[in-house]
Amino acid sequence: MADVQIMNGNQLIVEAALLAGCRFYAGYPITPSSEIPELLARRMPEVGGIFMQLEDEIASIIAAAAASYAGYKSMTASSGPGISLKQEGIGMACMMELPLVIVDVMRGGPSTGLPTRASQSDYMQARWGTHGDHMIIAVAPGTLLECYTQTIRAFNMAERYRTPVIILSDATLAHLSSGVTLPPPDTLEIVDRRQPTVEPENYRPYEISATNPVPPLPNRENFPRYRFHMTGLNKDATGFPTENATTVLADENRMINKIMDATADIESFEHYQLEDAQVAVIAYGSNANAARVAIKEARAQGLKVGMFRPITVWPFPFQQVMELGRKFKHIIVSEMNLGQMIHEVQRALQGRSELHCVLQAAGTPIRPQQILQKIREVSA
Amino acid sequence: MSVDYPRYLRNDKLPLYWCPGCGNGIVLKALIGAIDELHWEKNDIVMVSGIGCAARGSGYVDFHTLHTLHGRAVPAATAIKMCHPSMHVIVFSGDGDMLAIGGNHFIHACRRNIDITMVVVNNWIYGMTGGQYSPTTPPGSKASTMPQGNIDSNFDVVELARGAGATFVARGSVADPISLKNYLRKGLEHKGISVIDALSTCHTQWGGRNQLGDPVQLVEHIRNITVNRSNAGALSPEELQGKMITGIFHQDLEKKEYAQAYYELSRPVEQTAVV
Repeated sequence: MADVQIMNGNQLIVEAALLAGCRFYAGYPITPSSEIPELLARRMPEVGGIFMQLEDEIASIIAAAAASYAGYKSMTASSGPGISLKQEGIGMACMMELPLVIVDVMRGGPSTGLPTRASQSDYMQARWGTHGDHMIIAVAPGTLLECYTQTIRAFNMAERYRTPVIILSDATLAHLSSGVTLPPPDTLEIVDRRQPTVEPENYRPYEISATNPVPPLPNRENFPRYRFHMTGLNKDATGFPTENATTVLADENRMINKIMDATADIESFEHYQLEDAQVAVIAYGSNANAARVAIKEARAQGLKVGMFRPITVWPFPFQQVMELGRKFKHIIVSEMNLGQMIHEVQRALQGRSELHCVLQAAGTPIRPQQILQKIREVSA
Repeated sequence: MSVDYPRYLRNDKLPLYWCPGCGNGIVLKALIGAIDELHWEKNDIVMVSGIGCAARGSGYVDFHTLHTLHGRAVPAATAIKMCHPSMHVIVFSGDGDMLAIGGNHFIHACRRNIDITMVVVNNWIYGMTGGQYSPTTPPGSKASTMPQGNIDSNFDVVELARGAGATFVARGSVADPISLKNYLRKGLEHKGISVIDALSTCHTQWGGRNQLGDPVQLVEHIRNITVNRSNAGALSPEELQGKMITGIFHQDLEKKEYAQAYYELSRPVEQTAVV
C-alpha cells in the first residue's frame, strides 16, 4: 500500500534527510525554516543522530561542515539573511570539499525583508554568495513530493561529488500541507561517500584517481583511523596549503570540473507540454505551479504553450535553454524576484528568442492570471 | 622522562612558520608535553584552529587537524566532539581569532560546557596581519592601528571565561612553560569546557612597537608582569597593580558536560546502523 502522509515541505525535507542518512544537524532559528530544526530536535535523538541549536548562523554552517569532516552526513537550514551569514562557511565547505546539504527556505529581501512571505530572491545568492571561484549545486523542488525526493538527491550528490548542495525551497512549499505519496524507501538510491582503500598512513584527502576527480573521504566509522589535515587555504593533494600557481590552478579547475563534467547526472528538469508548444515558459520552484495552471488555462483557450522547469537550477541548464532558443520564437521567464535566472536564460538564448518576463518581488506569489496574461500578449 | 616531540609532529612540515623567537612554539611544546603525560593516542586527538599565526599550529601536529576560518574553530570543535564524544578535541588559536571575530562562539562554548579544551594563545596583537590591536592589547600599548597607544579596554580572558560559565579556567605564560604545561594537562583532563589563557609573545608586531623587540627581553617582560596565584595573596594592592595573575582559577566538577547530556537524552528507538 502506498505510504500517504499529510505533510508540509519542511517536514518532508526532514524525513528525506533522515532517510538519506543525515545524522548531524546544526542550525539557528529563522522564519520560514524553523519547523526543520523543531522536527529534527525530536527526530535526531530517535535515530541516534545529533541535533544542535547553536549561537548563530555562522556557528551552524561551520559545525555542519566540521561534522562532515568528521564523517557524518550533515545538514543546516536557514533563510535569506541566515544564508548570507553562512556564505563564508559555504565557501569553506567548497574548498575543503566537504559533502553538506544547506536548505534555504527563501523569503523576501534584501535585509530582513518579508520574513513570512515567499520569494525566489536567493537564486543568485545560492550561486555567487560566497567569494572566490567555485561551483555549487542547487536544486529547487517544485512540489511537496520533490521536497522529499530532491532532498535525498541533494545528499546523494553532496556525497558523490564531495560538495555542498543547496536546496532552494520557499515559504510556500515550506508551509503547504498536503497528502503526499512517498516512494517506498527501498526504491530510493542512497549514496555514501567513497571510502579510502589505502592504509591510513598513505591517505591524502585530495588525491584523485585517473578515473575519478572526486577523492575519497573517511566516513563516521573510518574517521578515527584516518588522520589528515584540512584547511580553507588553497591546498594540494595532501591537504596542506600551497601557493604553487600550477597546483592551485589545477585544483581550482578540478573543483569546478568535478561538477561541470557530471551534468548528465546532476542536471534534472521537466518538460511540460513543450512538444507542440509555440511559446515556452521557464519557471522553477513553487512558482512553476502557477505557470502550470496558466498553461492549462491557455491551452483551454487554444494557445499552444508549454514549460521548461529546471529542478537542478545550478549548474544552470545552459545547453537545454540554448536548445529552447532554437525552437521557440517567444520565451517567458517567470520568477518571484525582480530578475535573476532571466540573466542566465538570456545568456543561453544568445538573442535567438524574444524574451519576456513575469517577475514579482512583493511577498505575494505570482498568480496564474499574471502568467496567462503574458502568454496571451505574446501569442497575439 | 623526556618527551619524544617528533612523535607528535609532522616533521616534514618543519621548520615552523613562526618568526624565530615567537612564543607560539613554547605554547605548542607545552601542549605536546601535557598530551605526552596523558599517554593519549594520536588517533584520539583532534586539533582545530581558526586563522592567524597561532592557528597555523594545527598543521604541525600529527593528530586529526582542521584549520578552519577566522574565528570559527570553536563551533567546528564543538561539532567534532558531538560526533565523536570519546575523542579529545583541542582548539589552538590566537586572541584576535578567539576573542574578537570568534568571541561569540567562545562565550557560548563556555556556557555550553562541552568537553573541549580552548587554548588561547594570547600575544595581545594580530601578528599575521601586521600588528593591529586585538581585544587583549593592553591599554596604552602601541599597535599598527593604534599608533598613538591603545584607547580600547582589554578583555581579561580568565574573567570572561569564568563569567560565561566555563568549568575550568587557568592562565599560564611562556615565561613559565612548566606551569603552563601543568595547567594544560589539567585542562585537557577536565571533563567539560577548559580555557587556558596562554600568555605568549610577539616581538615582531607587539614587542618592537613597544620597545620590547628582543624576544628574550619580551619573555622577561611577561615574567615581570605575571604573579602566580600562590604568591599573589602576599602582595599589596599597589604591588599587584598592572600584574597578571597566573594559575588555575576555577574548576567546577558538578556542572554537566554537554555531549554527555545530549547522549543521555538521545535514546534511539532502535540503534541505527552506522551510515
